[in-house]
Amino acid sequence: MDILVLVKRVPMVGGKMVLTADGQDVDTRLSGFTVSPHEECAVEEAVQVTERLGGTVTVLTLGPPEAADQLRDMLALGAHRGVLLETDGREWGPIATAAAIAAAIGELGPAAFPLILAGNEAADTGGYQVGIRLAHALGRPCVTGIKRLEVAGDLLRAWRDYGGGQEEFELALPAVVGVKEGINLPRYPSLPGRLRAKRAQIEVRKPAWQADGLRKIALRVPAGSAQRARVLGHGAGAVPELIRVLGDIGVLAPAGRAEADGTVA
Amino acid sequence: MSGPVLCLVEVDDGEIAGPSQRALAVARSLASGPARADPERADPASAGLPADGGLTAVVFATLGGPADRAAADLAGQGVTELCVVASGELTCYAPVAWARAIEQLIAARSAAAVVAAATDRGAEVLAHLGALTGLPVAANCVAATATSDQNWRLLRHRWAGSLLEDAILAAPVALLTVAADAVAADAVADDGAVPEPASASPDASGQVVAPVSGGAMIPAADMPVTTFAPALQAADLRVRATQSAGQGGGMSLATARVVVGGGRGVGGPDGFAALEELAGLLGGVVGVSRVVTSQGWRPHRQQVGQTGTKISPELYLACGISGAIQHMAGCQSAKHIVAVNTDPDAPIMSRAEYAVIGDLNEVIPALVAAIRAAGGQE
Ligand SMILES: Cc1cc2nc3c(=O)[nH]c(=O)nc-3n(C[C@H](O)[C@H](O)[C@H](O)COP(=O)(O)OP(=O)(O)OC[C@H]3O[C@@H](n4cnc5c(N)ncnc54)[C@H](O)[C@@H]3O)c2cc1C
Ligand SMILES: Nc1ncnc2c1ncn2[C@@H]1O[C@H](COP(=O)(O)O)[C@@H](O)[C@H]1O
Repeated sequence: MDILVLVKRVPMVGGKMVLTADGQDVDTRLSGFTVSPHEECAVEEAVQVTERLGGTVTVLTLGPPEAADQLRDMLALGAHRGVLLETDGREWGPIATAAAIAAAIGELGPAAFPLILAGNEAADTGGYQVGIRLAHALGRPCVTGIKRLEVAGDLLRAWRDYGGGQEEFELALPAVVGVKEGINLPRYPSLPGRLRAKRAQIEVRKPAWQADGLRKIALRVPAGSAQRARVLGHGAGAVPELIRVLGDIGVLAPAGRAEADGTVA
Repeated sequence: MSGPVLCLVEVDDGEIAGPSQRALAVARSLASGPARADPERADPASAGLPADGGLTAVVFATLGGPADRAAADLAGQGVTELCVVASGELTCYAPVAWARAIEQLIAARSAAAVVAAATDRGAEVLAHLGALTGLPVAANCVAATATSDQNWRLLRHRWAGSLLEDAILAAPVALLTVAADAVAADAVADDGAVPEPASASPDASGQVVAPVSGGAMIPAADMPVTTFAPALQAADLRVRATQSAGQGGGMSLATARVVVGGGRGVGGPDGFAALEELAGLLGGVVGVSRVVTSQGWRPHRQQVGQTGTKISPELYLACGISGAIQHMAGCQSAKHIVAVNTDPDAPIMSRAEYAVIGDLNEVIPALVAAIRAAGGQE
């Protein structure tokens, strides 16, 4: 089975968010780039399915020319082919993104990619919709939030967490599935994988940007992240002070136990 | 803005689910009072006023029953109509069918906006609704105001709440999801009442200061309960939840009162025994960072963060965790954070309230011993 996986290049931010002076973007001068863990798991899942059933994994991204790096990262994990829908670096909304991806798939024929995997949500937008909009554009069934997947012939069974348990979905292929981290444990890239990825040819297309109805005015860092922790002490010597704090917070006598023996913290 | 605001309400065990409470707060502020230019300066006095077109709570009656029990609660939330969506075909969750039903309700009520919590179901249904109607969906909002006909001023989470975005939405009908964890857990008091003020105004940290129903509360008797039977096609029902396994036993990470967190600093799978012991003593559970799950030291269901579980404990004791924004995105609702870290300059030091500087392998066993000694056990 030939599987398409959608990934998105996002800044790899560590301990602190820094914005550009105009407040329009995350300052990425000092950060690397990555894809969402959900998407990395989607690639791993696709690779595992093709290892079992045969076929290929194509990774596709819509982003700036540098997003080819993320495609290569995914090729190093075992994907076979990379497609870049190249942009001029502007932020694309979900409607335009899904439309451009649908058009690119359309050019490959309606039977292309019986299974399309997306991340559940992108790391930067958390929009939860590109995969779903793509499914509608292609007229395919879709389910998101998936933590377990089984492909059997033309049928796909998928599970997701719901209310402490799980709910199950059955979809006829071709289909689109939004995958969540935890569905598998992605492998580390192998050395031959990395070499293959470095040499691989990335296919490039250039879709045209469209407005999307939702316009960003500016980003800001939430207040309250400038506090400093009060240091209670160093090493085991801090334990008496720590115990006092836990007592004040009221967590030293677990509710159940306090009720059982009638003591109060 | 003329028609009502529709709010998709998820019912959990007969009660309005927590994230839906937040969605209702945003929906209510949209439905009530005159347009306000700036959500930052939302005027609490204008919230809770009789809505322009009212606030309709949309509840899907899948297996019957629970909606009735939530009805009284909804009346106290400023809801002016409870619309129960029911049809013979809708016996379980079916994302496209739910979206189709809301699409038809928008038309039937000339709705101005649709609001849902950004839960698995809420976000999924609104995305389908966006695709069916061709309308944009603004995800993870914490505040919304109509500035003029078909224009909405929004404040929403980006990067799982690590950033806030001011945005403008231009659309004939506003489709919004509300950040599911956008309020501190203790904003809802023990008796289920929600503290003042009455508007869903975000505070400076971007948390929705949720609902309240004060004097402007609409008595239950005044809230009509209507039913709506959508016209569904077979294609709308092609994806549906065919089976829901029972509740998983044990304490859940999402609702635990105490979470003892372990990160790379724990050093390996064996190091978690001491954290488990401490969590047991405090009546809590262990949560971990992504490094821990991607190393395979612990299962993913214990991961706290942007792509893991969002927690809202009374105490989060984060041991050997640096405090990456994606990890902290999962504990924004923790009441108190205490960090144990060898590095006094770790980013978590600016997120935690208290810190112990030191090796967790020394601090945690000493803490366990001290708690046991104080409790006079073993
Ligand atoms: C899109 C995206 C989503 C992500 N989602 C998540 C998520 O959901 N959850 C998550 O956790 N991460 C997530 N991450 C990863 C995140 O960026 C960090 O890589 C991760 O949280 C770091 O884990 P850590 O703090 O355990 O490790 P590190 O950053 O390596 O920190 C280890 C800390 O332990 C301290 N330490 C070392 N030894 C000791 C000792 N003996 N005693 C005490 N302290 C010690 C060190 O000083 C250091 O501060 C995500 C990343 C991306 C890009
Ligand atoms: N620019 C993009 N290029 C490729 N895939 C994308 C892009 N944006 C979003 N996606 C995919 O759609 C998923 C959901 O994105 P979103 O709707 O933005 O939360 C992501 O996890 C990706 O798999």
